[in-house]
Amino acid sequence: MGIFRSGLAKTRQSFFGRISQLLGNSDLDNDTWDDIEAVLIQADVGVAATHRIIDDLKARVKRDGITRADQLNTALKETLRGLLTTPPPMNISGRPLSIILVVGVNGSGKTTSIAKLANRLNRAGRKVMLAAGDTFRAAAIEQLQTWGQRVGVPVIAGQPGSDPAAVVYDATAAAHARGHDILIVDTAGRLHTNYNLMEELAKIKAVSGKVVPDAPHEVLLVLDGTTGQNALQQAQKFREMVDVTGVVVTKLDGTAKGGMVFSVFNDLKLPVHYIGLGEGVNDLVLFSPENFVSSLFDET
Amino acid sequence: MFENLSERLQGIFDNLGRTGKLTEKDVDTAMREVRLALLEADVALPVVKDFVKRVKERAVGAEVAKSLRPAQQVVKIVHEELIDTLGEAGRLNFSGSVKPHVIMLVGLQGSGKTKTAAKLAVHLRKDGRPPFLIAADTYRPAAVDQLVTLAKQINVPYHQEGTTSRPADICVNGLKAAKEANAAVAILDTAGRLQIDDQMMAELEEIKRRVNPAEILLVADSMTGQEAVNIAQGFNNRVGITGLILTKVDGDARGGAAISMRIVTGVPIKFLGTGEKIDGFEVFHPDRLASRILGMGDVLSLIEKAEAAFDEREALKLQKKLMENQFTLQDFLEQLQKIKKMGPLTQILGMIPGMDRMKNQIDQEEAEKRLKKVEAIIYSMTPKERQNPKILNASRRKRIATGSGVEVRDVNEVLKQFRDMQKLMGQIGKGRFPRIPGLPGAMR
Repeated sequence: MGIFRSGLAKTRQSFFGRISQLLGNSDLDNDTWDDIEAVLIQADVGVAATHRIIDDLKARVKRDGITRADQLNTALKETLRGLLTTPPPMNISGRPLSIILVVGVNGSGKTTSIAKLANRLNRAGRKVMLAAGDTFRAAAIEQLQTWGQRVGVPVIAGQPGSDPAAVVYDATAAAHARGHDILIVDTAGRLHTNYNLMEELAKIKAVSGKVVPDAPHEVLLVLDGTTGQNALQQAQKFREMVDVTGVVVTKLDGTAKGGMVFSVFNDLKLPVHYIGLGEGVNDLVLFSPENFVSSLFDET
Repeated sequence: MFENLSERLQGIFDNLGRTGKLTEKDVDTAMREVRLALLEADVALPVVKDFVKRVKERAVGAEVAKSLRPAQQVVKIVHEELIDTLGEAGRLNFSGSVKPHVIMLVGLQGSGKTKTAAKLAVHLRKDGRPPFLIAADTYRPAAVDQLVTLAKQINVPYHQEGTTSRPADICVNGLKAAKEANAAVAILDTAGRLQIDDQMMAELEEIKRRVNPAEILLVADSMTGQEAVNIAQGFNNRVGITGLILTKVDGDARGGAAISMRIVTGVPIKFLGTGEKIDGFEVFHPDRLASRILGMGDVLSLIEKAEAAFDEREALKLQKKLMENQFTLQDFLEQLQKIKKMGPLTQILGMIPGMDRMKNQIDQEEAEKRLKKVEAIIYSMTPKERQNPKILNASRRKRIATGSGVEVRDVNEVLKQFRDMQKLMGQIGKGRFPRIPGLPGAMR
């Protein structure tokens, strides 16, 4: 551990240590509420959601006659837990071919998440195929192909700059022909404010629906865990355009908390399916509300 | 999406009477809103607290200028303090370094380092400094391919050794190659990493030790939340960054992370990445980012772009032509090309306060297609026709349509548009046109 790390650990300990102390055995006062607010805001929960959570908690304190900070600790965790749900199983069974469309802004971690997801499903005995629908970014196709080899799943790709909808069309035919039952479609990163690229995404979605009934069966939005309040705008725009069904939150192996998922879930009812915890193929785990909530108060 | 700070404060101060000075109570009320606005813009909490304290000290007792309302006075103080905090406009600093100067790009995964490396190279070349690219990301699959592809696209020399060499060795060899290529600046594209990854951070320290970079720039996503503080502190403590580059600024994030990073590191923000295109790269200006964080648009950037596209002498010539009603299709064509030079239409709209939302409703491709069509039609005319469209009879129009691959009615439409514009211009020339309110004089 470098000097920096122990240094930072110290600041964290003093900060969170103070909170646990406060939440440990003292009586409730204004500082307690301020500290809770600070923890939530610093976890990127956002001002509006934080105030909603604190109002709920205050009501509960009144109703249940909570007077001590340690009781409040439990109540806070329960409140937060109540704002999230365990994700439903993905809708990718019971038909010859299920299609998962993966979308998100540039650099959120789509390609890596796809590789990890392919690995998970592959190990669960599914026959997975990948479609390299990011024909825009330099070497994005090669990136997916490298992952495909590592994970041991085939990748269908077109030429750089070709129409991604055509790649999806070809990949669907290939999946059918080779008897694969899951096709995961990678798409180019795009800022949700770029109208044309969002239209293109809608086209990709439409094409997949033409070849396979009701496809895509899942549309996963990949959110960078270090993102702040903009995550909600991203989720809104992507949902408007391609009917997002769920979320993957990446890069939570650092110190970012990913608290913006409270708003994403609360305002848009989008469940979080997975979280990304690193660059290895096994670093994608099922989202657990319990673990997520307790990690908000973790020191690392 | 968010109300901007001025609207927000306006609401509060509407309930208060006008006084000559800002009282402590006025300021306290205002500061609550300032705090919320900054937190919603993703400025980190400790940074917000500190900032609000400073603004408060400046604001209490401040005279409200005669021309301003109390809310505007507070916004002005916040805006000024924000500009002070954001610091000077960015500039690369190569003093004490020999050619080729080394710029090392570092940052988290997905922050946009590789794309930024290519954009920075183009920027340096425009500046008269031949650039050189070095592919030191041996971890992310195909990262080397990505940099090489970009380098070829922009025609900049590069060095790569695939993914089996040690990144520090690649950098040392790359620097030699850059020297041989007579490059002025070598840009190192390093792998994305978390600031708490001890081993990966040690790798950056090694690279730094061996190539002695003049600039170590942290490339950071403008959408970053509260984590910005940890990221900036982490990289700064380990390798000592010299500047920041904020990416994806063409999105709709407020970009408060910039303030957090700037404050905890004390290093200047140097550039902004503003789009998919290779020239979507700008030198940082504190006043514009401050306006954006407060939700007040980016009028200054727009003015500057307009000024770059329309030079003053030409503008005078044009004005004379307009006055004398001698505006021709040739002039029309030149104006179109200038508007195109200012950048994508949606980007221009995004800079105007209040137009931000509209930019999403405009079909960029469609608009650009139409511009191209008009251009093609005018190109298909003879110089004589461009000077005097009155000679355009049916057979000439048919020839133009065939020449530009459109229908005759498209040609007619352009001619009609031109006639309308001529009429309008004639009116402006005679001074009968009403002034457009809110348009700054600098736009001439």
